[in-house]
Amino acid sequence: MADLTHRLPEPDRPWMMRTYAGHSDARRSNELYRRNLAKGQTGLSVAFDLPTQTGYDADHELARGEVGKVGVSIAHRGDMKTLLDQIPLDRMNTSMTINATAAWLLALYIVAAQEQGVAEDKLQGTTQNDILKEYLSRGTYAFPPGPSMRLIADTIAYTVEHVPKWNPINICSYHLQEAGATPVQEIAYAMSNAIAVLDAVRERVPADLMGDVFGRISFFVNAGVRFVEEHAKLRAMSVLWDELGRDRYSVQDERHRRFRYGVQVNSLGLTEAQPENNVYRIALEALAVTLGRGVRARAIQLPAWNEALGLPRPWDQQWSLRLQQVLAYETDLLEYPDIFEGSKVMDGLVAEILEGAREEMARVAEQGGAVEAVDYMKAALVDSHRERLLRIESGDLVMVGVNRYPETEPSPLTADTEGGILVVDPEVEAERRADVEQWRRERDQLAVDTALEELVRVAASESENIMPATIAAARAGATTGEWAQALRDAFGEYRAPTGVGEAALTSSEDLVELRNEVERVSEALGRRLKFLVGKPGLDGHSNGAEQIAVRARDAGMDVVYEGIRLTPSQIATSAAQEGVHVVGLSILSGSHRELIPAVIEALQAAGAGDVPVVVGGIIPDADAALLREAGVAAVYTPKDYDLNRMMRDIVALVAERNGVTAPAA
Amino acid sequence: MSGDSEAGADLGARLRDGDLTAAPAVLNLVESRSPEARTQTEALLAALSPATLGAEASAHIVGVTGPPGVGKSSLLSRLVAEWRARERSVAVLAVDPSSRRSGGSLLGDRARIEADPRDGAIFIRSTAAGDRLGGLAPATRAAAGALAAAFDVVVIETVGVGQSETEVADVADTVAVVVQPGSGDVLQFLKAGIMEVPDVLVVTKADLGRVAMRALADLRSALRSLGARDTAVVAVSSVAPASGIGKLVDALDAHRGRLDIATRRLRSRRLHALADFATEHGQRGLRALGGRREAERWLGSQDPALDAGTLERALEHRARSAEPPGSGTI
Ligand code: B12
Ligand SMILES: Nc1nc2c(ncn2[C@@H]2O[C@H](COP(=O)(O)OP(=O)(O)O)[C@@H](O)[C@H]2O)c(=O)[nH]1
Ligand SMILES: [Mg+2]
Repeated sequence: MADLTHRLPEPDRPWMMRTYAGHSDARRSNELYRRNLAKGQTGLSVAFDLPTQTGYDADHELARGEVGKVGVSIAHRGDMKTLLDQIPLDRMNTSMTINATAAWLLALYIVAAQEQGVAEDKLQGTTQNDILKEYLSRGTYAFPPGPSMRLIADTIAYTVEHVPKWNPINICSYHLQEAGATPVQEIAYAMSNAIAVLDAVRERVPADLMGDVFGRISFFVNAGVRFVEEHAKLRAMSVLWDELGRDRYSVQDERHRRFRYGVQVNSLGLTEAQPENNVYRIALEALAVTLGRGVRARAIQLPAWNEALGLPRPWDQQWSLRLQQVLAYETDLLEYPDIFEGSKVMDGLVAEILEGAREEMARVAEQGGAVEAVDYMKAALVDSHRERLLRIESGDLVMVGVNRYPETEPSPLTADTEGGILVVDPEVEAERRADVEQWRRERDQLAVDTALEELVRVAASESENIMPATIAAARAGATTGEWAQALRDAFGEYRAPTGVGEAALTSSEDLVELRNEVERVSEALGRRLKFLVGKPGLDGHSNGAEQIAVRARDAGMDVVYEGIRLTPSQIATSAAQEGVHVVGLSILSGSHRELIPAVIEALQAAGAGDVPVVVGGIIPDADAALLREAGVAAVYTPKDYDLNRMMRDIVALVAERNGVTAPAA
Repeated sequence: MSGDSEAGADLGARLRDGDLTAAPAVLNLVESRSPEARTQTEALLAALSPATLGAEASAHIVGVTGPPGVGKSSLLSRLVAEWRARERSVAVLAVDPSSRRSGGSLLGDRARIEADPRDGAIFIRSTAAGDRLGGLAPATRAAAGALAAAFDVVVIETVGVGQSETEVADVADTVAVVVQPGSGDVLQFLKAGIMEVPDVLVVTKADLGRVAMRALADLRSALRSLGARDTAVVAVSSVAPASGIGKLVDALDAHRGRLDIATRRLRSRRLHALADFATEHGQRGLRALGGRREAERWLGSQDPALDAGTLERALEHRARSAEPPGSGTI
């Protein structure tokens, strides 16, 4: 008989297929979910809006312009019930991208399930719940490190006992790559993060449960377009994870040590120019996480072709879901054992990455672990991203359609009036504000007050688990903002490091010329050209702002950069007090229409109305025109990849506004 | 020209009237190096001299210094809130340690200082640290002197490791040295006499517990053995729940209360004039004055009510007349 070990006796079952979706309110998102499930999607992945993720209700000052934009707004158990209407929670597997407020959203989910008659021990799904990568990349943190780690440990301890099929945390390497991490940094920081979490849980669960705890920890990873190396990276992760379980946590059961992960493939490399090319990139990246059976993804969600333009419409997301389905149902991918077993190339790549990762993990450990090393890791990411952008500018890193072969026919895909993206109805914010106010009026206030008092008491006790009081508050009718505010009062707030100060100096011939021009203009101004880079609103996309700030410094400017999540009046006050010559705002979350004019108004109120404003980020063409009308001097988008060129524009703008003559040609 | 050089005398008058909104323009002016701006800065300082004011400016000028990462900015966040709770207006001059590279700098310190942007009685301004650790930019001296006429508290945050290069002591009425628990540096410097005994010692990160308490005890016993009974040692935590902040403000106030303010400010103005002169004219300039000692002695003979700008001009005049003719420009 022929040796058939190169075939599986039976094809594998496909991974879980999801679409990261949600917008506006619970009703509209529920409709979208049910349509997606009807198309063959096999799990849910909930995108929340930024106020929900950072713990503010729709009527909070910081929620302005952000309500229902990048995800669904969920304030209370009524919203959660509507969101999950007609979705059978005993069978559904729901992933929630929620972190600072993870304990709260999990509580709402548990309460909604109970209202559907489903007990908590039947529930399956994931709360992302990884705070360190929020500090390092994603930006939706609320509390300081200590209390945040405790919230994570509490949700893990609670679910292991009461919601045993739940993945209480996804250790995320995904967002690190999106912030510029190399493969080595990506896995070293993710593994260090996992260690910090497990060490924190170890103090809060009985020792005999640690095997179960380890088994419930899953990962959320990334796969870039260098898909061979990316696959090797995943194999390296599985080696490290197995070792960690065995050596550090004495996990005996091999199944508990298996590396389980879900994935969203790389979006950072998806381009605004010739966006149709993104479809190929996404397909190749999907191969990185499916080709080798040994480390195949458990769940996949893919971005859409229009990733760098704005939010995807249902059709755009359908196109990406179909890619998964073609891969799983049409190809023969699922019929074979691991196709890389015994591959010299693969083994070599894995060894290389492992070596680098172990070194970098040791560096983090030396500093006392991932919590203590947040500043170090953040600075390292900013510096890696700086190098990545330099390579794009020089053409060493090829991006087809951007820095190579930019010539193109007009695209029919972006020809419609909205430019091929989803635009959320601006009325949603007012509706949501009215809704939360009505909810507060109609509920049993005494019950809510009592539940929140209990929550505060538990928060202060340190040793008690936060989950029961959180579930009680959810049941009593408290809101997302109230839960988070109670804990903000108890725990304090936090501002993550920006990492920009430590970035290495960039030097190039181009920059020397630029520096001379900055010197010349500074001389004429009397003092050094001063530039404020600001991030208004709840938007956590910091990459662009960080790199602009670093390059401006390298061009010789004095740069004020205070990090993400500032109100328009904070930015305006800083600009006025610091005496800056120009303000640069970066917004990628889609709230520019509301927030940019608000900053301009605030600048006027602060007596800095004559300071020119430039804007960068994800700004659709139609909106760029509106912003210019509102007084913005220039608008930049991802296709402007030449940072020095933007710097030259900014220097020229300052010179012009201050009557400094142009340099002699 | 830029809108920076609002007339110095006008700005001085606004500060004299307690107009805190003049602060940004004052900083823009004192930071400017154009000859025009320098003249206006002199006019500003002259408009705020004790002679014009009729007394020393009433602010408490506080220096907060210590190594990078020790928690100075976080502490300032709490101090500002405490001062505001005591209804005092506060100006913060943050000298950011992020070193100048390529001439440019990244200023992020103000992010650590939580302040209500609508509160007009808080002013925060960042400047890049110069090349020398602990060195003060000429602008910071001038700014502190000027803002002291309008604000109740003027704080200067600088990086210093507790050695003599900490120039903030020349400017401030009260210097608080911030100490990292677990690091023996300050203790060693004190014991070895490398560092002058500061007015107030602050141990940060008291929330870390035992290690902070040990630092507190060690510093206290070192001070006792040095016979420095007046120096308060306070432990604070700047993370929630904050602690020790009220006590620290009391200690700063107590020092200020004991101080002969006229003498301290007079010394500060004279050192300011000399520092500006040295920045401008270097070693050669100092030599023309007969050396630093001699210059200090001469300054000591000048009218105590003169402002720093006037004193510097007097130094320049003296250097010029001391130079043999034709030996260059000063
Ligand atoms: C990387 C990325 C992330 C990273 C961010 C990491 C970080 N710390 O920055 C991670 C993974 C964390 C992330 C998370 C989210 N993301 Co995201 N993300 C992206 C992505 C893929 C790339 C953005 C990027 O960093 N590019 C690289 C930098 C260097 O480019 P840039 O910022 O555009 O800056 C360039 C120019 O725009 C310009 N520029 C920018 N700012 C400024 C400022 C000045 C002064 C100047 C002169 C120039 C300038 O110069 C730069 C150089 O070329 C975009 C899609 C895309 N491909 O563009 C989505 C995208 C921005 N994300 C999106 C969303 C929705 C989210 C989430 C809100 C999802 C959710 N519901 O939770 C989360 C939460 C984030 C949060 N807290 O706000 C949406 C926004 C939709 C919209 N605008 O309508 C996008 C467009 C994807 C999509 N189509 O859905 N994201
Ligand atoms: N645990 C603890 N950390 C603190 C405290 N004060 C500051 N820090 C942390 O120390 C680091 C440096 O603080 P920062 O105020 O910027 O220090 P500076 O460089 O001296 O101004 C930051 O990560 C702060 O969060 C404190 O009282 N307790
Ligand atoms: Mg500081």
